Amino acid sequence: MTGNAYIYIFTAALVSYLIRVLPLTLIRKPINNKFIRSFLYYVPYVTLAVMTFPAIIEATQSPIAGIIALVVGIVVSYFGLGLFPVACICCGIVFITELFL
Amino acid sequence: MNVKMNKSVFLQGLRDGVPIGLGYFAVAFSLGIIAQKAGLTAFQGFIASFFNVASAGENALFNSMIEQATYVEVAVITFVVNARYFLMSCSLSQHFDPNTKFFHRLLVGFGITDEIFGISIAKAREGYVNPWYNYGAILISVPLWSLGTSLGIIAGNILPVRVVSALSVALYGMFIAIIIPPAKKNLVIAIAVAVSFISSYVCGIIPVVRELSGGTRTIILTIVISAIIAIIKPVEEDKTEDNNDR
Repeated sequence: MTGNAYIYIFTAALVSYLIRVLPLTLIRKPINNKFIRSFLYYVPYVTLAVMTFPAIIEATQSPIAGIIALVVGIVVSYFGLGLFPVACICCGIVFITELFL
Repeated sequence: MNVKMNKSVFLQGLRDGVPIGLGYFAVAFSLGIIAQKAGLTAFQGFIASFFNVASAGENALFNSMIEQATYVEVAVITFVVNARYFLMSCSLSQHFDPNTKFFHRLLVGFGITDEIFGISIAKAREGYVNPWYNYGAILISVPLWSLGTSLGIIAGNILPVRVVSALSVALYGMFIAIIIPPAKKNLVIAIAVAVSFISSYVCGIIPVVRELSGGTRTIILTIVISAIIAIIKPVEEDKTEDNNDR
């Protein structure tokens, strides 16, 4: 590494911060444009779904454990379990499944 | 907003931040191993994680340092990999009380991550985002994220692989718990989620597209899928309110 580590770190930090804070500080009013409203309404669900699959099957040692965790996670959230219980159940499923694989 | 209510919301944020923080700790630990290869000290790793709070972004940062990239390259790659936070920040701005003070916006913005965004959107379904909820979640999860990075640098591979493997799905478990309940109530969201799963999987296989970084694919897919669904099924004015009230 030739450059200064702190300059690298704070360059990345500055860019990350501006990206996060500019929309929140500049957009003060409800957006009235129907397309943009709808777009922003769907963004969180789409982005979280995109990041979940197939990443969940790549995160585990065995892809099968990841798939089972995904399916069980969907089922238990469908029946109303919250964030923490679902996260714990998924971890438990992977741990147990991988004991047998 | 009265002080008592803010305190209880802050405590809720702390509580909901615990699973996030534990997941972060595990992920940051493995990130620390990459940071070590980039030559960072435990202190520098802590600083990098505290001020960036971005898994994909820091991964890109550390790899850029290993490759001796220029500062400009680091700025560009950080922008691309973290561009989804820009979309999340836009989305979150619509869930803020318009009278929210400037410093609240600066502080909440600091802590926009995939997970904290996820839980604050889930919380905002009860009304406006209360910044104190985000502060609670940030206060517990960001230090754990930073500490995990430091320990990863110091200790390398200390946790058994099995445990790391199990902990690494905690984040995805939470994502699932965030998207499934609204998908259950709204067919369009359910279809959006299914389309997202399939597209994301397909984009990881087809040539050229699969060469793109995960962060870039996430941005492109998010924009394209959300835009298409917004055109086909625009949300009615009163319907958004409806959903927010649930």
